[in-house]
Amino acid sequence: MAYSQKVVDKFEKTLKNPEGASVGRWKPGDKDFHRVGTGIVGAPACGDVMKLQIKCENVDDKNVIVDAKFKTYGCGSAIASSGQLIDMLKGKTLEEAQKISNQEIVDILELPAIKIHCSVLAEEAIHRAIDDFKSRRNND
Amino acid sequence: MTMKPLYFDYASTTPVDQRVIEKMKSCLSIDGNFGNPGSRSHAFGWQAEELVEEARINVAELLNCDPREIIWTSGATESDNLAIKGAAYFYKDKGKHIITSKIEHKAVLDTCRQLESEGFEVTYLETNEKGLVSLESIENNLRDDTSLVSLMHINNEIGVLNDIDEIGELCRDKGVIFHVDAAQSAGKVNIDLSKLKIDLMSFSAHKIYGPKGIGALYVRRKPRIRLQPLFHGGGQERGIRAGTLPTHQIVGMGEAFKLANSEMKNDFKTISSFRDLLWNGLKDMEEIYINGCLETGYPGIFNLSFNFVEGESLIMALKNIAVSSGSACTSASLEPSYVLRALGRPDELAHSSIRFSFGRFTKKEEVEFTINLVKDSVSQLREISPLWEMYQDGVDLDKIEWA
Repeated sequence: MAYSQKVVDKFEKTLKNPEGASVGRWKPGDKDFHRVGTGIVGAPACGDVMKLQIKCENVDDKNVIVDAKFKTYGCGSAIASSGQLIDMLKGKTLEEAQKISNQEIVDILELPAIKIHCSVLAEEAIHRAIDDFKSRRNND
Repeated sequence: MTMKPLYFDYASTTPVDQRVIEKMKSCLSIDGNFGNPGSRSHAFGWQAEELVEEARINVAELLNCDPREIIWTSGATESDNLAIKGAAYFYKDKGKHIITSKIEHKAVLDTCRQLESEGFEVTYLETNEKGLVSLESIENNLRDDTSLVSLMHINNEIGVLNDIDEIGELCRDKGVIFHVDAAQSAGKVNIDLSKLKIDLMSFSAHKIYGPKGIGALYVRRKPRIRLQPLFHGGGQERGIRAGTLPTHQIVGMGEAFKLANSEMKNDFKTISSFRDLLWNGLKDMEEIYINGCLETGYPGIFNLSFNFVEGESLIMALKNIAVSSGSACTSASLEPSYVLRALGRPDELAHSSIRFSFGRFTKKEEVEFTINLVKDSVSQLREISPLWEMYQDGVDLDKIEWA
């Protein structure tokens, strides 16, 4: 398998210590669930499903991602890309997070060309989660 | 230090048996039998030819056929090409229709596709959900212009065994040539060509502890089957397959088949016990499916789907064992296994599949280690799987509109 050591390390760390790698979820009924945005992308039939959740707090009139969690069904690089995305999100404002591009993930993890779609999935996931968060705030 | 993975991919290839290596080594150097078996003018050639013919007898004895019915090739892929194209071209005036199935090896499917582009017609039969081709479906698709039926004996992905006895009777009765790809079955289950109504059969050495790069095609003499050659040259192999015979490879295949003849029963027994051991260790897991057939399949190939876990990530987690997967992510085409899809398995189960294949050098402790490793890895991956989470919550995944 033509994976970089970075993908392998990220994958193995996630498996060994899921909680430490931000695997998890917030569900309806949880305290602060109204401050969580969820994005689910991919499909089981395609072999990739990524679920990303971001928790935001209002800091200086801006929504800042204070925590994020994920669960991913997919190949090793999809799981590594999700974890990488999480690392990049924490502490960012929604505007900053919106600008994260899949290429950053490709570069950091040194993804092989055939696995670029995993990083695209991650980019879509953050966009969905932000949209979900915003639409829910609008309904408040 | 990382440990060398335990090998559970015997259906892909096997290590060469040490006894085979010794024989091969004696056919390479200046002190050995390096001669061209085609050289008729000196002892170097005569001795090499003698070894080639001895190997041909070894292969024929395992299959209970006449040694003159064995043609050396470079492997099962070439044998499949020679059998299918050779017969299709030679008998094209009789008809240009071929029957095969959707779960054949690519060596058969791609050969058939090629023939389609040359004006032949091919029917790709469906199998049942276990992967078996029914006699009725063959009978229903036979036409006056059908020249050839090509089906595999043991399927390389899921281990199911076609009933080549019954199918052979039907084909002989209808006057249609019957080709069987036996790359996965020769030396593993009994094949008696004196009884079976098979006209052409493909073999490989490296699936049965012989070297890569050598195989054979059985071509029946009575009734005589004729083939149009694909390679032209020095007229070797009675003009059916030109090219200098690689003595060391042939001797290796002969020795491997000879060993298989004496060890097949024992190999089968231990391999069955390993498959049972693995299955007994795993069967209580939730959402685990057998692809193929536990009761009638060849036990050396065991294909399982672990729902809600993607196969390539499972292979990464199982880094201490060498297995293969029907997952799209492990294939260059990014398509999940066409074999599992043809069985009607949903794509997500094809993505979740792992093939375990056992062989002569598998050890009981290795299987026991694997049971625990698989259980732990699947539960770790389910822990991070959103599909597993939804399943646990009682969500019907089929009712979700996926983005």
